[in-house]
Amino acid sequence: MEWLARLDEQIERAPGFFHKRPVVLDLSVTQLNEPGIRALLSELQSRDIRIIGMEGADPSVQSLDVPGWPPMLNGGRAASGVEVRDEPPPTPAEPEPEEPAALLISEPIRSGQSIVFPKGDVTIVGSVSSGAEVMAGGSIHVYGALRGRAIAGMLGNPRARIFCRRLEAELLAIDGLYRTAEDMDPTLRGRPVQAWLDRDSIVVAPLD
Amino acid sequence: MAKVLVVTSGKGGVGKTTSTASLGAALAQGGQRVVVIDFDVGLRNLDLVMGAERRVVFDLINVVQGDAKLSQALIRDKRIDTLSLLPASQTRDKDALTSDGVAKVLAELREKFDWVICDSPAGIEKGATLAMYHADAAVVVTNPEVSSVRDSDRIIGLLDSKTQRAERGERMEKHLLLTRYDSARAARGEMLKTDDVLEILSIPLLGIIPESEEVLRASNIGAPITLSNPASAAGRAYFDAAKRLRGEDIPMTVPVERRGLMGKLFGRRVA
Repeated sequence: MEWLARLDEQIERAPGFFHKRPVVLDLSVTQLNEPGIRALLSELQSRDIRIIGMEGADPSVQSLDVPGWPPMLNGGRAASGVEVRDEPPPTPAEPEPEEPAALLISEPIRSGQSIVFPKGDVTIVGSVSSGAEVMAGGSIHVYGALRGRAIAGMLGNPRARIFCRRLEAELLAIDGLYRTAEDMDPTLRGRPVQAWLDRDSIVVAPLD
Repeated sequence: MAKVLVVTSGKGGVGKTTSTASLGAALAQGGQRVVVIDFDVGLRNLDLVMGAERRVVFDLINVVQGDAKLSQALIRDKRIDTLSLLPASQTRDKDALTSDGVAKVLAELREKFDWVICDSPAGIEKGATLAMYHADAAVVVTNPEVSSVRDSDRIIGLLDSKTQRAERGERMEKHLLLTRYDSARAARGEMLKTDDVLEILSIPLLGIIPESEEVLRASNIGAPITLSNPASAAGRAYFDAAKRLRGEDIPMTVPVERRGLMGKLFGRRVA
């Protein structure tokens, strides 16, 4: 098979490429039946490629449960680069909203302006000025300096968060709890941060 | 096509009236037909700064209410004949101004002049909102200090929402004029830096006017600085700003007083 020949070339160029890597075989580009798959698997096995699962096979093959074969998988996605995170924040387990409810604003929010969006998240591409306020039923994302007030989870949502690229806020509030500039750690000023609710207090932590 | 320009700031005492007179005079000195209008009903000042206080007969409110014709109320400047003033009433109330009346006066002025410059009162009440409502462009006058910057930010928000252009979904052209800029204090870090002000307000810079005794003196003798002392630092800064309003590309500098050859050779760069 031509594909196997190309695979051999690849292995020759990069001998360690498949070394100890778990590989999922995508069969959707082939029309292989059971004997074909069996042949392919033994070919790959002879090259020391560890197949941990197969997906995208023909439906008739999909239902097969041949002993010794890797399990059939569904709904896999191509992985991008490996993610390494220092101290990941607690992952939000936000329930999926019924309809996409988000407001995108691509202009700065000026002093005296008030953005109120009880239905969901608010994203602002720009700054929120001193004396301006943004209120959202969900989370608030500010891709700029947050100098005014941000009130997330305004109708009662303890999972709402506030993100900004530069913290200079006068007030942060989530689910009715608030924190004024005076109570914020001064070392966080001017930095990209996120704020979330941990029991009964607002936690502000740098994003970088 | 005439352009209606509003000079506004939110905060009082930052130099709106001085800047209206100086920009108006500078444009007129460049050959443009200019009228400056005082919208500060009850606290009129522009007539004083323009040196026309002894020639006021009718005012903006008389014209709005139909008691006088526009030609009767306009005061032509004695020094530059392309410059006119429409004064405010000192005795009447702001409530005498109506949006329709102002629109009518402005439409008439658009026919006669190249530039209609409205000197807004301080604050964000009716007088200020009426002054900006019909404008095509705005000059936001700001001092390099926090309260002035916040008030300017508020005004920019109103310019983007409470004007005819905003209501039609059109963009309002906005320019920042930084006034009372003190190079010595800026160097000592006692004022907001130009970059910080620009970052917060995020509108293009029209000019930087240095703090100067000359400006105060000019106001007191009733002559815009571009007339009384065109070679002064502030005078040159206003001339540059007027050229930028007309679309010329002038490098941004903070003019300094000419004290000698060195001063002539090296204009101070923007901080």
